[in-house]
Order: sequence, then structure tokens, then C-alpha cells
Amino acid sequence: MAALGAGLGLKAEHFDEALACRRDGLWFEVHAENYLVTGGPRRAWLDAIRREHPLSLHGVSLSLAGADELDATALASLAALVRRVEPELISEHLAWSRQGGRYLPDLLPFPRSAEALATLCANVARVQDALGRTLALENPSHYLALDGHEWGEIDFLAEIARRTGCSLLLDINNVYVSARNLGTSAERYVDAFPAERVVEIHIAGHRPDERLGDQLLIDSHDAPVAAPVWRLYERFVERAGARPTLIERDARLPAFAELLGERDAAQSRLARTTAVVE
Amino acid sequence: MTRKAPPLHGESLRDFQRDFAAALFADAAAPEATALARQPGFAVYRNTVRLACVEALAANHPTVVQLVGEAWFGDAAAIFAAAHPPRDGVLAGYGEGFAEFLADFAPARELVYLPGIAELDRCWTEAHLAADAPVLAAPALVALAPAELAAARLVPHPAARWVRFPMLPAFTIWRRHREALALDDDLPWVGENALLVRPVDTVQWHAVDAVALAFLDASAEGASFAAALDAVAVVDPRCGVGAWLPALIGAGAFTRIEVSQ
Repeated sequence: MAALGAGLGLKAEHFDEALACRRDGLWFEVHAENYLVTGGPRRAWLDAIRREHPLSLHGVSLSLAGADELDATALASLAALVRRVEPELISEHLAWSRQGGRYLPDLLPFPRSAEALATLCANVARVQDALGRTLALENPSHYLALDGHEWGEIDFLAEIARRTGCSLLLDINNVYVSARNLGTSAERYVDAFPAERVVEIHIAGHRPDERLGDQLLIDSHDAPVAAPVWRLYERFVERAGARPTLIERDARLPAFAELLGERDAAQSRLARTTAVVE
Repeated sequence: MTRKAPPLHGESLRDFQRDFAAALFADAAAPEATALARQPGFAVYRNTVRLACVEALAANHPTVVQLVGEAWFGDAAAIFAAAHPPRDGVLAGYGEGFAEFLADFAPARELVYLPGIAELDRCWTEAHLAADAPVLAAPALVALAPAELAAARLVPHPAARWVRFPMLPAFTIWRRHREALALDDDLPWVGENALLVRPVDTVQWHAVDAVALAFLDASAEGASFAAALDAVAVVDPRCGVGAWLPALIGAGAFTRIEVSQ
């Protein structure tokens, strides 16, 4: 298997073009939940892509930071999907999305307390045991100033990685959006991120809030990657070396060729990098 | 966004998440809204959750959206989502109970066929996502001796769904939209029965006789071929095995025949 270079999120609209596309280092990422179904054509599509391209499963609903028990049925169904498609990478978020038996379709924030740390470590360990695989944990976007943080986000992620052996997924658009919304430094965040744990990078587009404008940036995945996010990406890759990089586009989908152009730009940045992988 | 929020009331992670989740569905202007929920950024979570639910319901009920328009649908779907949020992350399957919700939804009262349309959209979703299975072919029945056939059981295909509309042409309205065909100006206002199947990859639909559904119901409950025919006789004593049976088998309504030992 060739090394993973720059990849693309797989959308049903682009399925045929994605299947036929040939590029050095190309891979595809899907939201695992879209394929946690009993049968039918969705699974056949995914199997077909898997025969042609390396695949990454990106989960959005495990609710690793949730105080509620993990959904055992969902976890078993994810484990079955992992066995079926043998993805190169599996990732989830530093967030919660389930409460009181309901699924809240978003990646919700929480105070980074000792209790949250213990919860996350237990859940990450349980997921890794169920999958028999290492999970990559992703830094989320922030829109709220929360009280009660006992840990900075980077130290918190590094501590979970240390205790559970999990990897990290650095979402550089999330870093940028969060830094702008919370008034912190995106450069300092990217410079301090534990590069040796990073197995995947996400870059994506964002947009200003309709009402508040540039005061509140939304991690919308509905636009090309913005210039400051490209610069932060370059900055991280210069320091850390090449990592599998995903162009994450979920809405206002352009033509496949346009997405592939963005992906090729990331691929050339990776190829230009001279830093030795730590 | 550098402003600090006042302290939260909940102390534990569980309390925090309970209050946060409640605030996602509560009115932002309500006096009991937490200080956190009054931060402008909270609306991002509120909107994302609402939009994800509405978009999933719209994707799973395309015919309802066609009939009522996106704006009406969005308002109705948001009310449904607040009362019945998804139970898991598989949003492709979200929307169980939406037809029943519409049946009790006052603004939809004059659209008497709308719950039926939602039910058919739901059947399509369930058929689309159901387990893969082989389709029973007619020769399997012919190969059995009459006594063996009477005691055997036809097992409905896991993707097969069927629904009755005793008073309404809901299936005709639904299929005309799905097939992009014009509706007759003088649509006969009669009851209908529908069968949805997915023999391989593509969901298909058929109009079927009431006796066929009686046979399917009985088979799904585990009745033998003979007992399922008794159920048919309750609906229509003179019917017996007719064209409806090869029609069901040809459509792919069954996956196998279980012969009792």
C-alpha cells in the first residue's frame, strides 16, 4: 500500500468520479454513520470504493465525552464495519453528542475537568478494545467561552493519548475557527500540538455567522479552504513532516474536479515538505 | 467572544450535559435559559442540531417535501425533532413516527393524505436500508408436494414493506410524485394497498390486492401456507390462490420457503 497523501471526503454525488480517479497518495474518508446500515446499496458503494482506494472512517456520534454510557449497539455495528472495510484510519471527536437516550447531531463542548478526562479515557479505551484498532481523536471547533476548564485543550488531548495510546487528528480549520472565536492564537496552538501523535490532518472551509459576521466563524465545511488555514497547515507540516491530509467538504459541493484541485494542492505541499517525520 | 460566561449551575459532567441538551431545544429567550445558552455562540449548536434533524427528515421524506414545500416541511420537521430527536447517529434511518406525528399535526389537518405519503416515504427508507437477502423464485413452490406446501411457510423478504390505505388513493399520489408523472384531475378517491420491495439494489413498488396483504401479514407472523390462505379467506371467502400469489412472488416479497420437517 502506497503511503497516504492527501485525501477527499467521499460524497454520494461524486461516487463514480471518485471510484475512477487515480492519483498518487489519494484516499477517501467517509462518515462511518452513513454506512452503519443493515444492508442495501450504500454498503455496496463503500465496498466498491474500498477495492480501489485506501479508506478512512470518521465517526461523529460515539459521544466519547458523554457522561452517558456508550451506545453498545452503535459500537458493535462500527466494529463490524471496521472488520468489513479494514480502514487505514479511524477517527472520532473530543466532544459529546448523546444525552438521555437521544442523539444530538453536533459535536458539543464540555468543561475539560478531571471527571471529563476520566470519562474520555475510559470511553476511548473501550472503543479501541471493541475495534481492535487505534483511534485518532480530533480537536473540535469552539463557539462558547465555558467555565470550569481545568486543562488546556492540547494538554488534555496529549494526556488522553498518553493514557490510552490513542492517536490525534489535528483539524487545522477547527484550530483557526476556535482561535478566532475565543480570542486565542492559532499559531501557538499549531506550534504546541504534539506532532508525534498526529496521524491525520483535516483542512476545510468556514464562513462568518450570518448575524454576527467575522466575530463568530462557523466551521461550515461549505467553502474552499481559506488562505490563513493553508498557512497554518504549511506551518505545521514544515515542523512535523507530511501527514495524511483530508480536504473536508460536506456542503455546497462543487464539481469533483474542483475538490480534486484543492486536494492536489495539499498533495504538492506534502511532497515539498522536507521535515523528517518525528 | 472573549467574554466569560457566568458559572454553570450543574456541577458534574452529567448535569452540564443535561442542562446543555435541554437548552438546545428550549426557547433562547426563556427566562430559565442558562447564561451559557444566552451566549451568541450557543445558537450555532442550536442551529446545527435543528438543521441536521430537519435535513435528515427531508432527505428521508422527499415526497412529503414535494407536496408541502421546503418552508412548511422545515417548520413541521423542527417541531417533530424537538419532541422526537434521533436516537442514534444513523440519520439515514431517522424519522420513525413522523407519519403519526403528521396525522395529529393541526396545520396538516386538511391534507388528509399527507400521513400516508410520509408512511410510504418511511417504507422506502426502511426497504433501502434493510438487510440483503435472496429472493424466493416460483419454482421452489412448484417443487413441493401439496401437503408439504400447505405446511410450509413463506418468509417475507427483509426489505419488503406493505401498507393499507382503506379510504385514500395515497399510493397513487405518492407514486406519481416518485415517478414524476402528472396526477389525474379527477383522481378516484378509493382505498389502495401498496407493497415496497428491494430485490437487489433498487427499491420498487407495486399496487397489490387486499388479499395479498392478508397473506403477507399472516406469513410475517409465522403462519403456514395453508393458515395464510385461511387469512385470505377471511378477507375474501371466494378468492383462494389467485393471480395475487405469483404477483407477490414475482415482485420479490419473499426470501425463502421453510419446509417443516
